[in-house]
Amino acid sequence: MQKIWKKTLKPGEKWSGLIGRGKYVRFKALGSQANVSMLLYNMRDTSERYNMPDTLKAQYTSHLTTGNVLMSDNGRVLASFVQDSLGWHDTISGHISRQEVDEKYGVTTYQKMGNDWYRSGDENFKIELVRNNMGMRDMVPCVNLFSKVFVEEDGSMHFDANHCQEGATVTLRTEMDILIVLSNTPNSLNESKEYPAVEVDVEVYDAPPVDLNDVCVTHRSENFRAFENTWEYYNLLGL
Amino acid sequence: MFGLVEKKSTLKLEDAIYDGVLEAGKGWMHELKEGQRFMILDMEGNQAVDTTFYDLETPEDHYSAIKTIVAQKNIYLTTGTILRAESGEPLLTITADMTGRHDTLGGACSSQSNKVRYALEKEHMHNCRDNFMQQLANNMNGLNKRDLAPNINFFMNVPVTKEGGLKFDDGVSAPGKYVEMEALKDVMVLISNCPQLNNPCNAYNPTPVRLLIWEA
Ligand SMILES: [Zn+2]
Repeated sequence: MQKIWKKTLKPGEKWSGLIGRGKYVRFKALGSQANVSMLLYNMRDTSERYNMPDTLKAQYTSHLTTGNVLMSDNGRVLASFVQDSLGWHDTISGHISRQEVDEKYGVTTYQKMGNDWYRSGDENFKIELVRNNMGMRDMVPCVNLFSKVFVEEDGSMHFDANHCQEGATVTLRTEMDILIVLSNTPNSLNESKEYPAVEVDVEVYDAPPVDLNDVCVTHRSENFRAFENTWEYYNLLGL
Repeated sequence: MFGLVEKKSTLKLEDAIYDGVLEAGKGWMHELKEGQRFMILDMEGNQAVDTTFYDLETPEDHYSAIKTIVAQKNIYLTTGTILRAESGEPLLTITADMTGRHDTLGGACSSQSNKVRYALEKEHMHNCRDNFMQQLANNMNGLNKRDLAPNINFFMNVPVTKEGGLKFDDGVSAPGKYVEMEALKDVMVLISNCPQLNNPCNAYNPTPVRLLIWEA
C-alpha cells in the first residue's frame, strides 16, 4: 500500500484537514493511555456531521470497534472501523475542557512552559472549527480513539486505565469526503494524576473499493442501509 | 445514589403561570427566565419528550449531553442533575423527578435515522428532528440546523450495559409522573413530543404531555 501522508501528533497537538473518500486513516498509539478526540463533517456541507446518538442507536452499541460505522445526521456513513487492535473506542465521554485540565493537572501556561503547556480538547476543537469557518455551535459529541469508558448498571461511567497499551492501532476508512478534526488530549475521565503525554502516528493510504462482503457493510442491516444512502448521495452528485 | 432519586414537587399546579397541553407529535419552543421552574408531566404514561436548551444570552452555546453526563460521571439524569451547556455552564437543574431515569444518549428520531434503523419506507413518518427544524424556522431567532446537538429524552429508558451494549426499553413512566427543573439562567427550551411509532420508547402510542411554568 502506498502511503499518502503521515503525521505524528505530539501530546496536546491538534490537526484538521480534508480527506477524500476511499482512504484508510490509520492511528497508532506510541504509548499507553492515548486518547485522540475526533470530529467528522461532510466537507461539502459541514452542517452534516458525526451523530453519536444515531450511530449508537442504529448499531445497538455504546462503544465502537471493527465493523462499526460512524453515521452522520443524514443517515450516511462518514467513516468505518475496518481494523482495531483494542476492541473498544469511546464516544460518550467527550473532549476535555480547559477547566478540567487545570483542575486535574494544575494550571500551566505558554509563558512558563513554552509549547509543553497542557492543551485542552476544548481549545483545540474551537480553534480548528473557527479555522474551518465554523464555531461553538458546531460542537457535537466526538469519538475518543483508544479510550474505553464503560457504564455500570447504575449508570456510573468508568475509564479503563489498562485498555490502551503502546503499539495499539485502529484504522478507519473514509466513506465520504470529510473534514476531520483531531485533538490529541487526555480523556476527561482518565484518573491519572499526570497529564498523559502520548504521541500518536496518523497515516493515510489509498483503500481498495468497498465490496458487499465488507465487514462494515455486513455488520448489520442498518449499516447496509446507511451505505446505500451514502452511495446514492455520490451517484446523485455524479461522483 | 443514582437510579431512582424520586423526589416530589413542592409546587401547586394551580399556581403555574403557564399551563398547556402539548399534543402527541407536536413541537414547542419557549423562554424560561432564571429562577423559573418548569415541569413536564406525562399525562397518559410511557411518553418520550425530546428536549433541548439554549443559553438565551449566547444561543450558540447549546445543551451538551456529554458535558452533563461527564460532570456527574453518570449517564442517567435525575433529581440533582445539572443540565450543562457545551461551555460547561450550568443551564438548569432537575429539582423533582418521579421516574428516576431520563436518557441523553439516544438523541432525537429523524426521517433519515428511521430510514436507516427500520426501512426505506419509514422515511415519510413524522419525527422529532422535523419538529425541531419546524420550531427553528417558525421562531426566527437565528438558530439553524447547526444548533441541533444531541438532546434529552425525558421519561425514556435507554439502558447501557457494562459490556458496551445499548438498547431501547419500555418507558419507566406512568400516567401523572413528572420531571421538574429550575432554570439557573435565562434559557430557550425546545421540545418535540415524540411521534415515534417504530420502537417502544412511547409504548407504540404517542400521547400528550402537560407543560407548566412557575414564577421564580
Ligand atoms: Zn422522536
